[in-house]
Amino acid sequence: MDNAATTAVYENVIDEMAALSKTVYGNPSSLHAEGTQAKKILDKARALVAESLGCDEKEIYFTSGGSEADNWAIMGSLCLLRKKGKSHVVTTNIEHYAVLHTLKRNNIDATYIPADKDGYIKAEDVASAIREDTALVSVMFANNEIGTIMPIKEIAEVCKERNALFHSDGVQAAGHLDINVKTLGLDMLSISGHKFHGPKGVGALYIRKGIFLPNLIYGGGQESGRRAGTENAIGCYGMALALQTSLTDLQKKNTATAKIRDKLIDGILKIEKTRKNGGDNRLPGNVNVCFEGIEGESLLLHLDLKGVAASSGSACTSGSLDPSHVLLALGLPHEIAHGSLRLSLSEFNTPEEADYVLKVLPGIVENLREMSPVWEKMKKEN
Amino acid sequence: MYSEKVMDHFKNPRNVGKIDDADGVGEVGNAKCGDIMKMYIKVNEGVITDIKFNTFGCASAIATSSIATEMIKGKTIDEALTLTNKAVVEALDGLPPVKIHCSVLAEEAVKAAVADYYKRQGIESDLPGECTGCCSACHAHRAAG
Repeated sequence: MDNAATTAVYENVIDEMAALSKTVYGNPSSLHAEGTQAKKILDKARALVAESLGCDEKEIYFTSGGSEADNWAIMGSLCLLRKKGKSHVVTTNIEHYAVLHTLKRNNIDATYIPADKDGYIKAEDVASAIREDTALVSVMFANNEIGTIMPIKEIAEVCKERNALFHSDGVQAAGHLDINVKTLGLDMLSISGHKFHGPKGVGALYIRKGIFLPNLIYGGGQESGRRAGTENAIGCYGMALALQTSLTDLQKKNTATAKIRDKLIDGILKIEKTRKNGGDNRLPGNVNVCFEGIEGESLLLHLDLKGVAASSGSACTSGSLDPSHVLLALGLPHEIAHGSLRLSLSEFNTPEEADYVLKVLPGIVENLREMSPVWEKMKKEN
Repeated sequence: MYSEKVMDHFKNPRNVGKIDDADGVGEVGNAKCGDIMKMYIKVNEGVITDIKFNTFGCASAIATSSIATEMIKGKTIDEALTLTNKAVVEALDGLPPVKIHCSVLAEEAVKAAVADYYKRQGIESDLPGECTGCCSACHAHRAAG
């Protein structure tokens, strides 16, 4: 139940990729038959992704994944607009580090809009943060930790009115929500193959026609000269096929997944001193909760011993000393943010698996709380 | 990520609990950092006859507390005070670099319990009464808050 981290590759994708790997090995830039064969696969992949996102195939640029796409959208936009005197970026305090660290490590002048306590960003806050010199607005489609879905269409309208480019990190949303970049009015959208049952190491950036985004990676003339590096044609095709597959019967799959999600949330909240993180308009597979008095990593390892793969925003699991920046942004105190648990479902999770989690989880929480020197006091407080 | 020893002590922690009539109690760490250890000792003629702990923290925090209690149970106070975080790490067959602070916390918890015992006995000592071995984030948090 850690599908927001990564997903199992669809069987049809594995089969197609394996079959293609036996025959297609050419460089798509080569003019000979082998190269042409690879180019055909790449073109097919591009057309499929474009169809899934509702855009023209010339607007799809393949990358190594979501992080590269996010880096490119930010650095490219600034490079493009700096000469027009625009060097400011508007973003949020709950973005993925692919956005936040790109801005911070490059000393970019940015405004970080705070999410509200339920994990949402308001379009009006974006509007008031946009300045004369704002080059880009970057707001994620859906949050990777708490699953909250942002009002992307409204934000896009605001950006258009105020003449700022709008990029959205759609890594958690693509393949899980119905996204039409044209209807939504997006200028750029990042996606990553392995988040929707495609292969790892492949992603894409949608760049609206008319935006001449300078390169992040220079070298050869691949991707219409915009992104150098020999294309991973079979990987791109695998991602394209996975995107198409994930969007097939989406509504039906999402209804079923959301039902399991709600069963988990309702069941978990029966445990005392537990809270749900993030509002109700969330990804169909996202569960995020905090248990007071315990620490997330211990919880995860105990769940792992019971065969349940989960994730946490505790400091110990983040590899830093601070708990998740997203949970802190919602206003949770450090000590509570340490006790977070994220379960992220895919279309392959079953209600029986949810029942199993609800069977083993309360005992684990109870044991850890009994061992915790802070629990007794917390229990007495209301 | 963790050695088998760490996982063993995490899964089956030794000496968990409280001692209601303890002769010394030490608490170190900070909930903001995500680690708190509390140790209770019973002392008879200079020997630690019983020890129990409660820990809020990650697997390595639980494992270091558990093994530290095992290492000093039945030892004299003076022997207990020679317990170093390095010895705790070695006894666990190593810890990942980011978790070394947990072993420091275990050493500090033992010292804090002994310091409390000394205090109750009216014995003067230069032992730190509270955690000095916490991660830098603790200081940052303290400064901020």
